[in-house]
Amino acid sequence: MSGLQDEVDGLFARYAMAIDDDRLEDWLELFAEDCRYRIASRDNVEAGLPVSVVYADGRAMLADRVSALRRANIYEAQRYRHVIGRALVEAGPPVTARAGYHVARIMREGDVMLFSTGEYRAAFDEALRIREMTVVYDNARIDTLLALPL
Amino acid sequence: MQDLSRLPAWPGPGLTRVPFEVYRDRALYEAEQERLFRGPAWHFLCMEAELPEPASWRTTFVGETPVIVSRDGQGALHAFENRCAHRGALICLGEGGRGRRIQCVYHAWNYDLEGNLRGVAFEGGIDGAGGMPEGFDKSRHGPRKLRVAAWCGLVFGTFSPDVPDLETWLGPEICARLARVLGRPVRLLGRHRQMLPNNWKLYVENVKDSYHASLLHSFFATFRLNRLTQEGGVEVDESGGHHVSWSRMQTDRPNEDYEKGGLRAWKDDYALADPRLIHGRDEFGDGVSLQILTVFPTFVSQQVQNALAVRQVVPKGVDRTELLWTYYGFEDDDPELAEQRLLQANLVGPAGFISMEDGAVGGFVQRGAAGADGLDSVVEMGGAGTESQRGRATETSVRGFWKAWRAVMGL
Ligand code: FES
Ligand SMILES: [Fe+2]
Repeated sequence: MSGLQDEVDGLFARYAMAIDDDRLEDWLELFAEDCRYRIASRDNVEAGLPVSVVYADGRAMLADRVSALRRANIYEAQRYRHVIGRALVEAGPPVTARAGYHVARIMREGDVMLFSTGEYRAAFDEALRIREMTVVYDNARIDTLLALPL
Repeated sequence: MQDLSRLPAWPGPGLTRVPFEVYRDRALYEAEQERLFRGPAWHFLCMEAELPEPASWRTTFVGETPVIVSRDGQGALHAFENRCAHRGALICLGEGGRGRRIQCVYHAWNYDLEGNLRGVAFEGGIDGAGGMPEGFDKSRHGPRKLRVAAWCGLVFGTFSPDVPDLETWLGPEICARLARVLGRPVRLLGRHRQMLPNNWKLYVENVKDSYHASLLHSFFATFRLNRLTQEGGVEVDESGGHHVSWSRMQTDRPNEDYEKGGLRAWKDDYALADPRLIHGRDEFGDGVSLQILTVFPTFVSQQVQNALAVRQVVPKGVDRTELLWTYYGFEDDDPELAEQRLLQANLVGPAGFISMEDGAVGGFVQRGAAGADGLDSVVEMGGAGTESQRGRATETSVRGFWKAWRAVMGL
């Protein structure tokens, strides 16, 4: 069990570092081909309302998100800094996990704000790629815009 | 009453110059609360689908004023200020609830769903001591009530006794366009809340500004979802305050002005890895793939392909605005269309492929306007008037907003 715990914690660490290092292409590699990924507010999730701020049905859609960020969308230079808590892992199958996160957003000028807190709810395939992931954010409001994934 | 002389003056009689102080001036902001938000205009409160049952209520805002909108036991709609008649605490915390009475937490005064004060705790005192004086008349105390009316499942309220009825105020064009996207029983899909670092009017202007859409939002242009060369137009009502901009899909043709302008419009090597996202269904049968509508001052209805939503713009200070998005579909949506709405929700909202920039540009203007008192911005695209126009290279509906705003503000 501790082997699996380390693997899942390691996966969330790679997830976070890929975003924080602006290596979104590496971040994509953590997902299974047929993954589903969404970022949704706690209010909607708890009310059973299905709309998300980001929703990808398959890794190709996630890849489109990344290429749009690289080539189409316009937003002020910004980075994130993730801090992720130790994952609560269920061996399954499938392996599932929950982990809390804090994301600080750092603007080009150096202003830092606590942009989002929430939790990851993930299910993995046998190769421990992300098959299903919902980022449930606690902050009711999104400040200005959400460009980079949480 | 605000002192008029402290408000910034409008530069000349026209609508093609907008003084930067309108986004920065504290006295003007306060005057807007009084003359516009508590004045002669209808304000969006919620969707009827958010109050599906008798004896339920929701909290909302009219300008900065907290408001409760309710459905009584008979199903009739009411709205009143969310402020206790005793010491002024919010009567309702939270988003809403159910029941025939609403009770303030502070000293437990309670109200019926029409906003009438019904109960005062310890009104007769305790063991004959204390209590309210003999002549205290509960019917003379209570939060201010709003007039309420609904159109196509949208609930509006006003503090004004003078504003004409809702349908007259909306006008036939806006009524018809709303009916187009709200013609069937609605199913709620969820809400987004977003904080914008700018004055509320900068967001409303941005929604009305069809000129920017294909210039700022290059995702749109890249996939030919909406370019200025598409068939479309901007309709502005007589007051100037309401507008509809629309375009029809698959009427795109090459346009030299784009190429010459060196705009970020064409990236032929850019294809979506999964184009299901933009494969919309012509659900209203008229080929119109985009309809953005505003009701003066702060209501937006959106159809972006199959992503349907309403937006409420809530001022939170001179340079802070909350934007509330409510997404909906219809009760008779088949599973494929239901899924398509969720996919196309990616196009809009705080992380929308074609709308995320709108969350930031208002802040760019707000920051740019620092130190610009006495200077004006230019709103001259498409002339100086506020008439409806073909095509989208126009700021006619932005001028329309200022026409309506000046009329109600008396500036
Ligand atoms: S403030 Fe509401 S009961 Fe006292
Ligand atoms: Fe926009």
